[in-house]
Amino acid sequence: MTKIPVTLTHNGAERAAFADPGQNLLDFIRRGLGDLSPKYGCGQGSCGACTVTIDGETRLACLTLAETVEGCDVRTAAGLGQGATLDPLQQAFMDHFAAQCGYCTPGMLVSARALLDRNPNPTREEVVEAISGNLCRCTGYDPIIDAILSLAGRKASA
Amino acid sequence: MTLHRGRGFAAINYPIGMNLGGDPSQALVHSNPDGKFTVALSAIDLGQGMKSVTRQIAAETLGVPIADVYVDTADSDTGPHDMGSFASRGTHRMGNAVIQASLEARAVMLEAAAEELEVDAGDLVTDGQGNIHVRGAPSRTITTMAAAQAAQFRQGRTIAGRGIFLVPLSEVDPETGEMSPVTTFAHAALVVEVEVDAETGEVEVLDIQSAYEVGRALNPGLVEQQLRGGAWMGMSHAAWETTEPYYPDRDHGPVDFDHYAMPGPGDLATHHISVLERPAEDGPYGGKGPGEMCANPVLPAVVNAIYDAVGVRIDDLPVTPEKVLRGIRANGGARPRQAL
Ligand code: FES
Ligand code: FES
Repeated sequence: MTKIPVTLTHNGAERAAFADPGQNLLDFIRRGLGDLSPKYGCGQGSCGACTVTIDGETRLACLTLAETVEGCDVRTAAGLGQGATLDPLQQAFMDHFAAQCGYCTPGMLVSARALLDRNPNPTREEVVEAISGNLCRCTGYDPIIDAILSLAGRKASA
Repeated sequence: MTLHRGRGFAAINYPIGMNLGGDPSQALVHSNPDGKFTVALSAIDLGQGMKSVTRQIAAETLGVPIADVYVDTADSDTGPHDMGSFASRGTHRMGNAVIQASLEARAVMLEAAAEELEVDAGDLVTDGQGNIHVRGAPSRTITTMAAAQAAQFRQGRTIAGRGIFLVPLSEVDPETGEMSPVTTFAHAALVVEVEVDAETGEVEVLDIQSAYEVGRALNPGLVEQQLRGGAWMGMSHAAWETTEPYYPDRDHGPVDFDHYAMPGPGDLATHHISVLERPAEDGPYGGKGPGEMCANPVLPAVVNAIYDAVGVRIDDLPVTPEKVLRGIRANGGARPRQAL
């Protein structure tokens, strides 16, 4: 099978790797780039655990062909924060007990970061809308919504 | 569209643990030469916070900082035996086992420190900051790390402890069925408010007011987290979830997240939680644990609230618009509770 070379920006770093024809972006990020932060929840676009941003737009990596991100800026939850210095959103998730099993958390963080970057002062309804494609089976959502809302009004991250 | 509001009440006494051939949990605690401790357990943490709470319990009992304790629940092949994380038993059973194991390890740690300080181990206290000193004489001190290193490299001692908490099998009286499978109960009471659309049969859970008694809340943040998420699951059991919508016919069962519906972030009820702390006598530092009963009482309360709202008594879960509408039709119309 002919491999397809893909060059992209992954969490700010230039990366190149080979994708298989038809390989989805989730598999490519996890196995090709070694970034395990996007999760495989359903593989069919229902759960949001695989959420990443492509050129600033939230996308489901499991439904995206890897070869289509050639030249794109792809960001995942692993790109939030710098080592031990957390993104304020990660800190807010901790402070509000917004994770239990944690499986939804990377996708939630990516969706929430994208929301706050385009709208630093969202209402509760806008937060609900932004995470409505991300399923959580543990928290009952309230702690997640509260965590995101606690950052409303703060300056967006770079 | 005719909307009717109703309120329903439910209360629960929930047993901690179970009676399947006895209910044991084991814990093993040992120190590494750097004075940090590992707690080995075989019951797992799937998000309910068992690692955090057993870590707190071990640190408190050993007298060392929380940061110096690591809880390892990795492997039931190589770890000590445990019945598992179920029956709302985690905090209570494992917590007690961890206390016993930590007390044994602490005693060895103090003996090692006593030998270094040339004092009696009975005169030593820990400050919870990583130091062991002579009671009343804080300058006669040694760090837990130095004590652990002395034990390892000079004294040839193992700073380790074993713990088990066992509730033995309770025989069932064949005449009466009587048994006493549990040692303690947690309790809750709650009031749920719903709105029922008498034309579509749709039910919306609007508000939950709850009071939970869980012994001492060893980690109040985790307790509230579990209660909040659990009540949401209860709401979901009541009015959303089913694997067999036309039971006993197995057809049309959900096969994925799209068909197995649960409330999303836009379907939430406000939930006001009161946690009553009444330390349990046989609980680890008084803790019992919320566990399963954070979901259970929501179901009867929702069903009672629907009865209050439209006079339809539903005894088959989940409550679906179809069942509500059939009930309203059978009654010849909605029968909201008359104002008292
Ligand atoms: S794994 Fe992509 S949406 Fe579930
Ligand atoms: S924390 Fe478990 S799915 Fe969200």
